[in-house]
Amino acid sequence: MLQDKDRIFTNIYGIHERSLKGAIARGQWDGTKGFVDQGRDWIIDQIKGSGLRGRGGAGFPTGLKWSFMPKESDGRPSYLVVNADESEPGTCKDRDIMRHDPHILVEGCLIAGFAMGAHHCYIYVRGEFVREREALQRAIDECYEAGLIGKGNKHGWDYDIVVHHGAGAYICGEETALLESLEGKKGQPRLKPPFPANVGLYGCPTTVNNVESIAVTPTILRRGSSWFNAFGAERNSGTKLFSISGHVERPCTVEEAMSIPFRELIETHCGGIRGGWDNLLAVIPGGSSVRCVPGADIVDCPMDFDSLMAHKSGLGTAAVIVMDKSTDIVRAIARLAYFYKHESCGQCTPCREGTGWMWRVLTRMVDGRAEKKEIDMLLEVSKQVEGHTICALGDAAAWPVQGLITHFRGEIERRIDEYSYRSTSDGAVSDKVLEAAE
Amino acid sequence: MAKIVIDGNEIEVPDHYTLLQACEAAGAEVPRFCFHERLSIAGNCRMCLVEVKGGPPKPQASCAVGVRDCRPGPNGEPPEVLTKSAMVKKAREGVMEFLLINHPLDCPICDQGGECDLQDQAMAYGINKDRFVENKRAVVDKYIGPLVRTKMTRCIHCTRCVRFTTEIAGISELGLLGRGEDAQISTYMEKALTSELQGNVIDLCPVGALTSRPYQDTARPWELNKTESIDVMDAVGSNIRVDARGREVMRIMPRLNEAVNEEWISDKTRFVWDGLRTQRLDQPYVRKNGKLLAAGWNEAFEAIKTKIADIKPARIGAIAGDLSSVEDMFALKSLMGMIGSKNFDCREPGNVTDPANGRASYLFNTTIDGIEESDALLIIGSDPRIEASILNARIRKRSKKGDYPIGVVGEVSDLRYNYTSLGAEAGIVKDLLSGKNKFVSKLKRAKKPMIIIGQSALNRSDSEALLKNAAELAVQVKAVSKDWNGFNVLQMAASRVGGLDIGFVPPAGGNATAAIMESSDLTFLLGADELDMSSLKGFVVYIGTHGDRGAHRADVILPASTYTEKSGIYVNTEGRVQMGNRAAFAPGDAKEDWAIIRALSAALDNALPFNSLGQLRDLVFAEYPHLAQFDSIDKSDIADITALASKTGKITKQPLTSAVKDFYLTNPIARASRVMAECSALARDQGGELMDAAE
Repeated sequence: MLQDKDRIFTNIYGIHERSLKGAIARGQWDGTKGFVDQGRDWIIDQIKGSGLRGRGGAGFPTGLKWSFMPKESDGRPSYLVVNADESEPGTCKDRDIMRHDPHILVEGCLIAGFAMGAHHCYIYVRGEFVREREALQRAIDECYEAGLIGKGNKHGWDYDIVVHHGAGAYICGEETALLESLEGKKGQPRLKPPFPANVGLYGCPTTVNNVESIAVTPTILRRGSSWFNAFGAERNSGTKLFSISGHVERPCTVEEAMSIPFRELIETHCGGIRGGWDNLLAVIPGGSSVRCVPGADIVDCPMDFDSLMAHKSGLGTAAVIVMDKSTDIVRAIARLAYFYKHESCGQCTPCREGTGWMWRVLTRMVDGRAEKKEIDMLLEVSKQVEGHTICALGDAAAWPVQGLITHFRGEIERRIDEYSYRSTSDGAVSDKVLEAAE
Repeated sequence: MAKIVIDGNEIEVPDHYTLLQACEAAGAEVPRFCFHERLSIAGNCRMCLVEVKGGPPKPQASCAVGVRDCRPGPNGEPPEVLTKSAMVKKAREGVMEFLLINHPLDCPICDQGGECDLQDQAMAYGINKDRFVENKRAVVDKYIGPLVRTKMTRCIHCTRCVRFTTEIAGISELGLLGRGEDAQISTYMEKALTSELQGNVIDLCPVGALTSRPYQDTARPWELNKTESIDVMDAVGSNIRVDARGREVMRIMPRLNEAVNEEWISDKTRFVWDGLRTQRLDQPYVRKNGKLLAAGWNEAFEAIKTKIADIKPARIGAIAGDLSSVEDMFALKSLMGMIGSKNFDCREPGNVTDPANGRASYLFNTTIDGIEESDALLIIGSDPRIEASILNARIRKRSKKGDYPIGVVGEVSDLRYNYTSLGAEAGIVKDLLSGKNKFVSKLKRAKKPMIIIGQSALNRSDSEALLKNAAELAVQVKAVSKDWNGFNVLQMAASRVGGLDIGFVPPAGGNATAAIMESSDLTFLLGADELDMSSLKGFVVYIGTHGDRGAHRADVILPASTYTEKSGIYVNTEGRVQMGNRAAFAPGDAKEDWAIIRALSAALDNALPFNSLGQLRDLVFAEYPHLAQFDSIDKSDIADITALASKTGKITKQPLTSAVKDFYLTNPIARASRVMAECSALARDQGGELMDAAE
């Protein structure tokens, strides 16, 4: 178990003072000037050395991403954009950072912005996060007043932070759609290349980072990259916020070391599975967009990028959705399919047409109103969506369906059998047959 | 140049090429819906997926990936692209299936059927089974005006129409609303599009979602005879294809000509065809006791012969209209020569463009293509959006590239691009010359400045002075040099440059239009309808196509052919010689104009020396050899402009007001068209609404 002294987010539950005073008392904004004085390259090297991988879901090395930003400006300004559009079902880590520990994010913004030569930072906050935005804005205002950021601040790097409030579209969490939305356009993902580090916000070099990725950087610099690197397995280093929801005794958001085995994570922080470990059906380990893993497979699996990848799933945002045996797994995945159908931006064909198709087929499968050959058809449709779209929403919509079919095909077949057994020749379910069945 | 291997063939392509272009250069066909050469890249249909070796293990949208985005192999081998691999085939089949699941199966009743990209590509790249058993999506049709009909259920969301209207037409009236499978192309508020180029979305739409409303359910593409021709609605000379079934023109489509209209045409060009069927003169008429009565050809000729016998040649005149071909005017000029009259003119009253000043003094010398090279523009008394919509789209294209100051002298509306309005008073041209108006410095700083002088400046009492001052300004800002000619007259009539080229203007001692109308005892009107008929005195012989102003005034009507019913040479505003072809036959007893004039000359006992159109053309070419150089522009002499600049004249105080009152009703064909009338009424109403809102 991660010791309290090694926690980066010391006020994730909001039990301490949230103001600047409280933040400074907890050690934030300490020595920030020193980091700035050591220069951009030093910071990027430190982040690279820490092995920090992006916390937004894809797990791209953060230090490497920062190093893509131009060293010398060609006349265009550079921008840091913080993705606080946390909309992935199951994920609720960034909102806790913003409402309870916002200063650590603000400090991270300054350091990250300096490391990539940006004088401007935009924080794009999800539309539904009203209190979070207010808390964050309050923290930023405090920092402006205290001269920590702004023009001519104590750190010698002019820095402005703008909080932008989204309108609540899931797709705006995709980095290029976020940039479009920030520019005042419709949130539709852009084509890549060019990548944002080349042509981003307003056509200028831009780096888009997740809230957590930015928020951990000050502590990494303060405690050293080797400290951070010491947690977790190789290539999966550091501490990580896990948001555990579903059928556990005590759902929570908790900071833990990476690569903690699933059983330990649940036992230590969540009081175990509802109804005991035998009652565990399946887990979606990384927010709704990854394939689910059957309980038996995940119990001893280390919770990190690579180990979960081996199970054809992923760490994603580390939003662990636990489902016990009372779960109607087909219905659960059908609900997720509805979410992706609803949130598809409609720009490119496979996602626009495929998400609705998958949802409709799954909805029928919930009742068993389908044919068995449609299971393979559904799998094929999901493969036709995966990898053929502009952004990753297509993949995100396809993976839960693929996970369901891979691991729970029997359940779907059972329902189809049951439905056809109960049905008459014209397909209607007769009451008499139902009664006889009972 | 970059090397790339496509399906095993190594080729070299320019660096800026996309993979799709490179594949095409290598001869590999790549299907696409959203990609269009002249529009921005959307990459949303996903039909053009190809496999890039060494890249991510998924297919790439070839329209959106540049050749230089591909990384070379580990030993520096050129990147490799596969367009026929199993992965690509699977990907295309998948995308095609997605496109079709919600596309209605109404090809048999769809106007796009037979020329539909989706139909063709489904045949080539789709699968032959249907696995989709859910309900198909239905979308409410939208009203976007009288020209474009929508069947939104057929839409595949390629957004070509949205990109065309915003990028090329310059209106932000069409967009993709909603998201996911509920996304729809819409104007949001139900209202007609206001662009004069909106018809082009019909050609751009790869499916039958946007089709032509006037053409709706009238013909199938495979039953139409397609004739390549030239448009006469304005002086741009857009290249068109006239599709006819039997005697009737069913529709008009654009034809690719990079130098003139690219692949766009204006709505007047595209939708005027229903005017070819109505109000037509299909037999000769002779006025008796104040009433026009149907007559035979001989009777009509006899009436003219009787009348002409009593009139002195000096009291006979001829005026050519806006739609006449070079041959027609040449024939009429020959007829006037035979009669012995010097009173002939092809210009509207007061127009001062004159071949005596040299050819450069009345041409759009920069050329339409040349607009893209220019780096500053001054428009004097012209509304190019109305006078030449396609040319205006070129200006917008240049303007979009940026760094392009545009100044406008005169009363102008929304030109679809940003410009500096310098005021409407004609005197501002003087201020520019003297340096009092600061815009002139922008012209001086430019390397290739352009000056366009248009219709509202050419039809005034002080037109001569305006023309001179514009030329002087062009010389002053160095718009004319050895390899750049920035002095441009924007003509509006398709016949005008041809008429000026063959000298259809009064020689010394002859009367010009105004004087002909005032003082002739007999006047031939060759399709001339844009005149104030009340000031036309004497006996009038009208040779034309429609029962319009000229026919109403006429004493003898000789029914002639429209531009789709005859072969004819037209010279556009740039001086480009182009030939139109016959797509259908004229109705009833109507004949081709040159043949009427030839027959009339015989009836007057002095037959003109040609018996066929070929012979007539030989005479034209012998006298004006440059007219035999089709599709090219005879280089004009910049000395003409310096000469023009040294003339004298005084500009009056009158403001430069718009010369064209109604874009949709500028000629007899358009005035006979129901579609054009509807557009005109709509434009008036919308203008009215704007006025109301402004108040």
